[in-house]
Amino acid sequence: MFPTPIEKRSLPFNLSYRVAVWISLFLWLLPLLAVLLTSARSTADINAGNYWGIPSEWMLFENYTMVFTETPMLRYLLNSILITVPAVIGAVALSTLAGYALAKFKFRGNVALFAAFIAGNFVPFQILMIPVRDLTIGMGLYDTATGLILFHVAFQTGFCTLFMRNFIVGLPDELIEAARVEGVSEWQIFWHVVLPLVRPALAALSVLIFTFIWNDYFWALVLVQSDEVRPITAGISALKGQWMASWQLIAAGSIVAALPPVILFFAMQRHFIAGLTLGATKG
Amino acid sequence: MQKLHSRQQQWMPVLFLAPAVILFVVYVIFPILQSIWLSFYEWDGIGEKTFVGFSNYIELFDDYQFWVALKNNLYWMVFFMLAPPIGLGIALFLNQKVMGIRLVKSMFFFPFVISQVVVGLVFSWFYDPSFGLFNKALGLFGMEPVAVLSDENWVTFGIIVAGLWPQIAYCMILYLTGLNNLSPDQIEAARLDGAHGWKMLRHVILPQLKPATFIAIVVTVIGALRSFDLVATMTSGGPFGTSSVLAYFMYEQSIFNYRAGYGAAIATVLFLIMDIYIAYFLWRMLKSEKA
Repeated sequence: MFPTPIEKRSLPFNLSYRVAVWISLFLWLLPLLAVLLTSARSTADINAGNYWGIPSEWMLFENYTMVFTETPMLRYLLNSILITVPAVIGAVALSTLAGYALAKFKFRGNVALFAAFIAGNFVPFQILMIPVRDLTIGMGLYDTATGLILFHVAFQTGFCTLFMRNFIVGLPDELIEAARVEGVSEWQIFWHVVLPLVRPALAALSVLIFTFIWNDYFWALVLVQSDEVRPITAGISALKGQWMASWQLIAAGSIVAALPPVILFFAMQRHFIAGLTLGATKG
Repeated sequence: MQKLHSRQQQWMPVLFLAPAVILFVVYVIFPILQSIWLSFYEWDGIGEKTFVGFSNYIELFDDYQFWVALKNNLYWMVFFMLAPPIGLGIALFLNQKVMGIRLVKSMFFFPFVISQVVVGLVFSWFYDPSFGLFNKALGLFGMEPVAVLSDENWVTFGIIVAGLWPQIAYCMILYLTGLNNLSPDQIEAARLDGAHGWKMLRHVILPQLKPATFIAIVVTVIGALRSFDLVATMTSGGPFGTSSVLAYFMYEQSIFNYRAGYGAAIATVLFLIMDIYIAYFLWRMLKSEKA
């Protein structure tokens, strides 16, 4: 282990390390803490300029109730769920199929196709913006959840296919070969042999792209314009325009927007990190 | 039977790939080509397109705003490079087994999980000239308050710092995973040889962390070139376009100024710059694939 385990050092060093860890965490998350506190402040506090101190009056419940009743926040939150969940399912499903084909079948163009998926994953969004917007308008899907979902599925498929392919490559060929010899059809092999084995990868991938899609802001701006469809990221910035001085509401809204990915991250931490650090441990 | 199987084996990959490939071509590959093609046209986004050859590019290279945006992207790339070393530093700091350390590590990772729009808001508060903590801190040292986000000289750096926050968290997690997978034998051997501290880090640890460093640098460069959300939420490119980056400049020209052809030219330039990194990444990836 590197650095040297702290247990091997002197007691004072040990104790000060333990304290330092928490202090640095506090400083690291200070900006976030301020938002959390601000979401519990009263208007009087805001007007008096108390943005960083302890609220003189705790309005946590009132502020969050107000965000959900006076602003379209609940609608935004619902929209984000309605967009993100189908998009995650779609992208993971398509890429599991594609990843299996790239990992376990030999055919011409296999590597080229794989490379295209990887490369597509890194392109700047702006090179896609005008044509994708036109296409979405042309299909009558502008300002609909479907339009946004279709794009997210298509774009995330690049990363997801890379991910699934690399996972499936590691599965033993013998299992698939054995099933083939038994005369099991290719689809049955996929469904009954491959799919049960990739379950951990599916979990890792799902939590990861859930956050990516949930946090998307650019496409929410480009493909959507009404409150009825707008996801929470674009919603927050719309709120900011309308509720300029009501910082406590913006803060509460920000916390609401940040919570789902944070909860998901905490609940599925191991999967999340496994997904994110794919490739970070092997050359 | 055998025959049917081999035929199935030939066609099945095509079926498995078809849905993903079709969507990917329609939404990614084809739009790239279309954008490049569009960059040779003058178009307001709705009416007729007029072919104008290279004139969008000629105008672009003459456009002061383009150079500002490009320069800012360069600043982003240079200063974003602080993320891997700082991330490594934090990872080394946290790589211990004391009580509660797992919770600390995950909470250090928070900034990466939350939306950049929220990060942008948080930092706008932080920098606010009248009540922001940043200026209160400056005040403690007896310095005059600086309105970071409305100061032409500071604004881009202010946004970059906001961008570094999640980026450092990302690099940290990459390095923490890397540190977890170090070979204990090599470290023990080096310790017996008397290596420790800085020397150990440089000659024994860093070489083993190479894959993590590679990914950290790639995602950091791509992140710097992709920066849009923070610029859009914190300043909308202002004041007077001084904090714009290529991604935002393109969006502004196409959506607000109805210049789709010109926007496509900006996007194409950004795409070409990014291609260098994409090509490098692919080359590395496929090379390690063969090995």
